[in-house]
Amino acid sequence: MNMPFYVAPEQVMKDRADYARKGIARGRSLIAFRFVDGIAICAENKSSTLRKVSEIYDRIAFAGVGKYNEFDQLRIAGVRHADLKGYAFSRGDVDARSLANQYAQILGQIFTHEMKPMEVEILVAEIGADDGDGDQLFHILYDGTVVDEETSVVLGGETETISDRFGELDGVPDLADGLRRAISALSGPDRSLTPAELEIAVLQRGTGRRAFRRLDDPEVARLISD
Amino acid sequence: MASLRVAARCSPLLVRFAHRAARATAPQIKPFAPGNLLLICGASKSRLDELEKSEVNLPLFRPHDDPGPSFAELLRRSGFENQISPESISSDSTSPMKVPVSDFRHGTTCVALRYSEGVLLAGDRRATSGNLISHRSIEKVFAADRHSGVAIAGAAGPAAEMVRLFQLQLEHYEKVEGEALSLEGKANQLGQMVRSNLPAAMQGLVVVPIFAGYDVKLDEGRLFEYDVTGGRYEETEHATTGSGSFHAGTVLKLGYHANMDAGAVTDLAIAALFEAADEDSATGGPDPVRGIYPIVATITAEGYERLEDDELAERTNALIERRRTQADSP
Repeated sequence: MNMPFYVAPEQVMKDRADYARKGIARGRSLIAFRFVDGIAICAENKSSTLRKVSEIYDRIAFAGVGKYNEFDQLRIAGVRHADLKGYAFSRGDVDARSLANQYAQILGQIFTHEMKPMEVEILVAEIGADDGDGDQLFHILYDGTVVDEETSVVLGGETETISDRFGELDGVPDLADGLRRAISALSGPDRSLTPAELEIAVLQRGTGRRAFRRLDDPEVARLISD
Repeated sequence: MASLRVAARCSPLLVRFAHRAARATAPQIKPFAPGNLLLICGASKSRLDELEKSEVNLPLFRPHDDPGPSFAELLRRSGFENQISPESISSDSTSPMKVPVSDFRHGTTCVALRYSEGVLLAGDRRATSGNLISHRSIEKVFAADRHSGVAIAGAAGPAAEMVRLFQLQLEHYEKVEGEALSLEGKANQLGQMVRSNLPAAMQGLVVVPIFAGYDVKLDEGRLFEYDVTGGRYEETEHATTGSGSFHAGTVLKLGYHANMDAGAVTDLAIAALFEAADEDSATGGPDPVRGIYPIVATITAEGYERLEDDELAERTNALIERRRTQADSP
């Protein structure tokens, strides 16, 4: 009988993490940040049909980077989870924290128990009540690690370079300011990104029950040229 | 929970058993089953089963039983029992028991009209249980999504549930698929929901909606009527449903003409409900004492908009004034 070679658990975990990180770094990155009226998510995405940023529930948005089919599965599971929970209890009982925990569990399970980890990093964002106190950004990694971010977060490859370029925000910016910074951070010094190459959506307070809204190209162009 | 406490003194295994027993006796929600996500990543069958047993709560499905963008299908697969099944009313299917009409609430008259900018929906505010008035300010006109609305007559409980499911169905589809259903698709969806209510309808719990919406592709308002079998009929001018629909329909028929504006259709709808309330005891008229007026909503290219009570009070008072002067003149 063939005996499998012994591989140290540390090595197994490291190999899996490297594999997932490589997969994620192949795709384009995205930035999410808080602005005065809510949360904006700005992704580099040439496709206008395969979305990276989407709506989960009234005040909750989802964003993913890495392998499209994998994070899209997670997105749909999230929509189902939220709609079922809202139907069984009430709309107010649906929250980002519990959804982020669910994602973390699934990603963690797959990372430790499956042959292939998921090559995704996802973001669950929720806006709070009127004063902006309850705004939340949960960053969930391929291994199920959850990070609760304060003001902004970068997902994807080259996160450090991009977040350095984005810099520390002093105070909460308005949408146009934040977007200009985010776009130049994503593009870097050597190139520039047009609105058509970006996918931008916001969770905005004071827009009715469903706070999620996509910004179309003309609106983005107008915002960043002001 | 006494059984739980006793078990705790015995052994951990028994505790788990007691927990499971407690969960089995509690009805409602069964934990969601994880599925195809793991298959995609090459998960083994045993691994899936193990996950299903754990308390993982994200609804994931294997590809062959994925509910797709349908919320109703998702509910079914997640173990939510459908609200009122015929079995829950009567176990003997050969002689279906009819629910006495005084045992549940009834919503009554709703009207809908097409006009130059879109469609208008209106409904009275009364709910009855048999010959008693059970609610004076019930709502029968609802936004289904941004560009459509439903008005419902019939058994109030199942009707409200149907509307809630319909709203969720449209929103769920839009979120999963990334774009909204066509108006035609929404109308068909509602037809299926009415049809699935047929067994309950046979036992007295009839629900008959009107569906109205602005078709953003065709740039016009459209109107759909239904019958209990889920039959869907598009109307070009106006539609009515509920016990007062006979009288309301006559008023609409006499007062309607092509290309009316929003003000004119609002007045006509209020007049139709007023006359229906005059002839039909189950339809509520305007109630200036409590400040209760019909619900009127318009659906145009800008979306669903409910008219303010102030405007409705004004228009209703004008109508009453007109009737009074007509009555006074010889």
